[in-house]
Amino acid sequence: MENKNKLIPVRGIYKIKGSKLITYIVLSLWAITTIAPLVWIFINAFKNNDEIIGSAFSLPKAYLDSGTIFQNFETLKRFSENNIFRGFKNSLIMSGSTLLLILILGSMAAFVLARFKFRFTKAVKAYLVASMLIPQFAVIVPNFVIMKNIGDIFEGFQGSYLTVIIPQVAGLMNFAILMLTSFMSGLPKELEEAALIDGCSIPGIFTRITIPLTIPALVSVGIMEFLWSYNDLLTPLVYLSKRNMPVTVLISQVQSLYSTDYGAMMAAIFITVLPVLILYFISQEYVIKGMTAGAVKG
Amino acid sequence: MVLKSKKYIFIFLFPAILLITIFLYYPLGKTVQYSFTDYSEWSPVFNYIGWENFHRLFTDSIIGKSLINTLILLVGCVVVEVGVALILAVLVDSIKRGFRFFRMVFFFPVVISGSAIGLMFYLAFQYDYGLMNNIIAVFGMEKINWITENSAMYLVLIPVLWQYVGFYFVIFLTAIANVPADIYESAELDGITGFKKTIYITIPMIQEVIVTSLGLVIAGSLKVFDIVFVMTNGGPLDASQLLSTYQYQQAFVYNNQGYGSAISVLIITLGLIIYIVTNKLAQQKEGLY
Repeated sequence: MENKNKLIPVRGIYKIKGSKLITYIVLSLWAITTIAPLVWIFINAFKNNDEIIGSAFSLPKAYLDSGTIFQNFETLKRFSENNIFRGFKNSLIMSGSTLLLILILGSMAAFVLARFKFRFTKAVKAYLVASMLIPQFAVIVPNFVIMKNIGDIFEGFQGSYLTVIIPQVAGLMNFAILMLTSFMSGLPKELEEAALIDGCSIPGIFTRITIPLTIPALVSVGIMEFLWSYNDLLTPLVYLSKRNMPVTVLISQVQSLYSTDYGAMMAAIFITVLPVLILYFISQEYVIKGMTAGAVKG
Repeated sequence: MVLKSKKYIFIFLFPAILLITIFLYYPLGKTVQYSFTDYSEWSPVFNYIGWENFHRLFTDSIIGKSLINTLILLVGCVVVEVGVALILAVLVDSIKRGFRFFRMVFFFPVVISGSAIGLMFYLAFQYDYGLMNNIIAVFGMEKINWITENSAMYLVLIPVLWQYVGFYFVIFLTAIANVPADIYESAELDGITGFKKTIYITIPMIQEVIVTSLGLVIAGSLKVFDIVFVMTNGGPLDASQLLSTYQYQQAFVYNNQGYGSAISVLIITLGLIIYIVTNKLAQQKEGLY
């Protein structure tokens, strides 16, 4: 491609470069609008108030000179009620469990839908597709009542991690089942048939043959489900007790807690966003594919 | 291979179906039921009051405001998200260098949580130290008090659009890449290039994807909650209140579960109506090509 461009006559180069230049300018402008707010947050997370107000775009200096570059993060730790680091741990525990349960239960259901023949296959699929159209707002009040009722029976249930994990698993699983079903349906059947003839049990076929073959889809679906769970605000906001709140909820309350400490607020965003961005940069292709394939969830 | 063991069908499928039934379908029915009651303060005793909550919807001025705001958001999302995403996708498709870079950069806001984005833009519009006032200060302008009753709704629209343009951009980019190359080749032989090529070939070829995306944009804009909740919490003076934030406020802050459920029913109905209308329009349009 490079060489081809060089062979074009002089006039041609100008013509191509002119329209190309405008294209690149427009694209770069949009790229700046997406990057700039994050850069602003990331730089200012390491500054004190005076510096944030005085020189917003310069690199951090005061904290760097005094050797306390993580000052804002130390501030965040001091609030026991609203400790972002504990919130981060809570987020990981809940989203990790949600993800694991979804992948286990989801792949089991998908295995049946992809490989078994029974009367209700179509009906079950339609049931799953329709359930994806039910918005969170339509179920949040009754689910709160269900959680309260379970809490009346089992002590310690109310406000626990489970109150978020269970509804999230139920609400996000439909996507995983449908994606995994279509992936498993496309897998070659010979291996499974051979295993069946050799006397392998159905659970054995599932765990030793189908699951290992499904790993690429499990990764893609898993990343998506993790992100949705990690980014969810409404479910934890409504069901959890204060101690167990994840970062998304803590960050929504940061304005009232640190209203005068701008650096601390920026640091809070930094902690929330950084892990997700790292995950995104590592697994970009999977994320983009998974997100757009599951577009219905939005 | 076709397996038929009833035992395993049940064991493998049952947990998933049970969870979805208990926590999605059953509560959906319950919400409709609650919307006809005076359920409040989570009291176990409540009465059926017929259509009273729905009459209240029509007289509640905040509902009017939220409805208009939700529609502003919806129109903004449809025009800007789809429009900008389409332009960016056509442009990125036309370049060779930087293709992966731009795709990576345009998409990443999608993976960030709405609450972090809400706080980010809340900070960006602050008077003393906000990004926006920093930028206009560079151009020697006076600082502005950004979030006011008149501007709030348009300011919360910005991060919503900012986050999701990248999403539809990637959908369109994939669709454009799937347009068969020979169609472009024959068009070029006929002398159709550049801007004309986009209008007469690319857009009609990916029309189906655009229509699907419109449905997604509409459904998505009715679900917007996090960003507005964190950035303005519907304020100042309900100026940026959406149906979703107002529903949360009624059900969980004022503890009117009955009335809150009626707002949920309103959101669902609105979604269904818009969904049916756009589907009808899309089908009619298809006949033109």
